[in-house]
Amino acid sequence: MKVAIITFPGSNCDYDLYKCVQLVGGSPDFVWHREVELGNVDAVMLPGGFSYGDYLRAGAIATMSPVMDSVKAFAAAGGPVVGICNGFQMLCEAGLLPGALLRNDSLLFVSQDVLLRVESDSTVFTRGYEVGQVLRMPIAHAEGNYHTDPETLDRLESEGRVLFRYVDASGKATADANPNGSARSIAGIVNENGNVMGMMPHPERAVEEILGSVDGTGIFEALLAHLSPVGTT
Amino acid sequence: MTRFRLEIRVVPRPGLLDPEGKAIQHALQSLDYEGIQDVRVGKILYLDVEASSADEARQRGHAMCQRLLANPVTEDFQIEVHEESPAEIPA
Repeated sequence: MKVAIITFPGSNCDYDLYKCVQLVGGSPDFVWHREVELGNVDAVMLPGGFSYGDYLRAGAIATMSPVMDSVKAFAAAGGPVVGICNGFQMLCEAGLLPGALLRNDSLLFVSQDVLLRVESDSTVFTRGYEVGQVLRMPIAHAEGNYHTDPETLDRLESEGRVLFRYVDASGKATADANPNGSARSIAGIVNENGNVMGMMPHPERAVEEILGSVDGTGIFEALLAHLSPVGTT
Repeated sequence: MTRFRLEIRVVPRPGLLDPEGKAIQHALQSLDYEGIQDVRVGKILYLDVEASSADEARQRGHAMCQRLLANPVTEDFQIEVHEESPAEIPA
């Protein structure tokens, strides 16, 4: 699995992603945002961070980068694209995912572990999990408050495109367990074709015991298994 | 070509939760200002542009808002066009 990790001025989770892709046996490669071509890759990942200092709106200016035309073409051709944190904000700004990430309702930058309930195991990103499984991973953001209109929310739900929800220890999506005010406690979604995923929590920071959780590994393993099935490499 | 200054106001959509506005509203109430129904926080961008007419300048600003300056999911925008010498306009 060759993975292009797009780096922008202000990205700060690019090396975490690089290490994480290596950990599951993939081949990561950094692609600078000024590049025009992605090269011959199997997946694209947009890392967390503060591209362009979050000026104007988080992720907005990054979507004007030359490489983003190639990312859009790659996604349109069905290639898997993962956006984490600032990467999720970019995917929404670029129109590859519906909605927007607003300021946290607390107005605070929130950096803490959260619990996520897996809502769908039928995507190439989440098929390693079971529906209802509760995962632990960190969040670190000030604009993670997922917002879209009620019709789009209903559509996301009915099409099984909500992948993760913030929950409490008993697996319930309560207001207290929602760290940023996201509509319907949504933490991660996928596009209509099931090949573009965005999420605010950081699975790449939950891939080794020393990090406190290995629950994020499943996303990268599932993607690797999808792109490099056993026996084909 | 004439030089115009575009004053572009980008504001959160009506009905959209604006936590920053809410925090300011509460702060004003704590200063005993009564009767404040709502506070909403947006931003103003000043763009100095050259265009052949005010209409053209406005149209260009409109396109810029749609493509970058405002998020159509969460924000509305208004554009005022000033044909003044830049020295007269507050920076």
